Amino acid sequence: MDKKVIKNYIINIAAIFAVYAVLKGLIYAGVITRYHQGIIVFILINVILATSLNLAVGFLGQLTLGHAGFMAVGAYVSAITAVALNANFNLPKIVVLLISLTLAAIVSALTGVAIGIPALRLRGDYLAIITLGFGEVIRVIINNIKVTGGAQGFTGIPKLSTLDNVFWITVLAVAFLYTLTHSRQGRAILSIREDEIAAEAVGVKTTSFKVMGFAIAAGLAGIGGGLYAHYIAFLDPNTFNFMRSVEILIIVVLGGMGSLTGSIVAAIVLTIMPEALRSFNELRLLLYALILVVMMIFKPSGLFGTEEFSWQGIYDRYKTRKNALHNREKKV
Amino acid sequence: MALLEAANICMQFGGLRAVDNFNLEINEHELVGLIGPNGAGKTTVFNMLTGVYIPTEGDIKIDGQSVVGKKPYEIVQAGAARTFQNIRLFKDLTVLDNIKIAFHHELNYSTLEGIFRLPRYWADEKRAQEACLAFLAIFDMEDYAYTMAKNLPYGKQRKLEIARALATKPKILMLDEPAAGMNPQETHELMETIQLIRDKFDIAILLIEHDMHLVMGVCERIVVLDYGRIIAKGTPDETRNNPDVIRVYLGE
Repeated sequence: MDKKVIKNYIINIAAIFAVYAVLKGLIYAGVITRYHQGIIVFILINVILATSLNLAVGFLGQLTLGHAGFMAVGAYVSAITAVALNANFNLPKIVVLLISLTLAAIVSALTGVAIGIPALRLRGDYLAIITLGFGEVIRVIINNIKVTGGAQGFTGIPKLSTLDNVFWITVLAVAFLYTLTHSRQGRAILSIREDEIAAEAVGVKTTSFKVMGFAIAAGLAGIGGGLYAHYIAFLDPNTFNFMRSVEILIIVVLGGMGSLTGSIVAAIVLTIMPEALRSFNELRLLLYALILVVMMIFKPSGLFGTEEFSWQGIYDRYKTRKNALHNREKKV
Repeated sequence: MALLEAANICMQFGGLRAVDNFNLEINEHELVGLIGPNGAGKTTVFNMLTGVYIPTEGDIKIDGQSVVGKKPYEIVQAGAARTFQNIRLFKDLTVLDNIKIAFHHELNYSTLEGIFRLPRYWADEKRAQEACLAFLAIFDMEDYAYTMAKNLPYGKQRKLEIARALATKPKILMLDEPAAGMNPQETHELMETIQLIRDKFDIAILLIEHDMHLVMGVCERIVVLDYGRIIAKGTPDETRNNPDVIRVYLGE
């Protein structure tokens, strides 16, 4: 292991703990109210949803429009599991949450595989349309079966998500995606985005990597859905409609397709913005559109493009700049 | 036994017989050129050999193993790597990553080992890093290791594509019109690269090409295709003087 790599790991872990400590401190000091905490939880859930969608859209290069469907599967599986566990066993809250989320992730990932195998034969617009269709199919099924409470919604879900556990689960999910995309499997996934035919011609099993990427994205969306269910404690199938998928996609596009840190920043901005603009109710959708138009004109690759934010990167840039200035001074 | 053996392969597109009874044998360490006028069926042959098309008749063997109906990545594993007529690189990745992707099969760590950064991940990645840099050094491209593939000049992009194909450790390398769109100087550099491959790697090469200078310069044996049929086979000198070849290329 390289020393620089170890240093980077330590810096990143320290930064995460620092963010957590600041959050905790602000809550303790009363600066962050319960209302703010709610927004932070939604930001974190959106981070999970956006980064997982980024795996499918940004890293694998497969435009999908049914992410809310996988989120719905996760939300309902997790809710049903938790209710069943609470009725039959007397387990601590965190154990119930973890079991529910694990099951949610597995079922969502399997749904992802089931949808991915036929859908991923298509490309581009066709794939977008078919995933949109599948997403809606999932919603309609949930609307029409008994276990989910149908159109009346699912009530009585134990409120298991707290700011603390959502925060750490988000950290783990993003770390998982980061390490996955920076491994040999991640490179294979990237090669499919770059050129599927060339990837196959250098020996990458494109079909299995496509299904794998799609399934992991779906599984993580399931975890996001589960956390959502256990936070809001009530599920209405219509919240998982096409617009929800688009909302997640907008976060990914704004942050940069292929940048996890970009998705995190965009999730923060795009979750806070509607809340902050609540008083201008109608104008906020207009502003949404305006931001995207401006973005597409000036930086079509998104805030971060395919780059990741890193302290080392900033330091390196600062250093090269300083050196450049230094050299110029020398010449003068 | 020949390294690559195509026995009576045919390709029928509806009513059109694009390739008819094509036979080809390539032995180890041989450099064979496949030439022919536009529309002769060269690329169709190529696509059959690399698994893009499945021949309607006939059999293809690589190293004694039939590859008809296999997926392109399985054919790569069987030992045949290719490049494309219009260069296909992983444009938004670095030169080094392009090679590393082709090096994929040499690494053994599983998905979970990669995600949890277990020791085998570090060991394998380190090995890949060193091996790929050394590989680039053979092609004198180590200075470009961290350049985006799309930012390379055209000749270097072609070189990278060939290097990437070689990184899969093939027994036979198939080049689809590598000199297409190149100026004379780049073509010359390409000839040097091909010579380098002949010297440093123990592999056979099949070359499809329009550039006669290149074909006559490097190939040991030439197969001429016209309207899906082989019209001539032989050494560069033999084909150059073959009346059929002259008729096809220059007209009567």
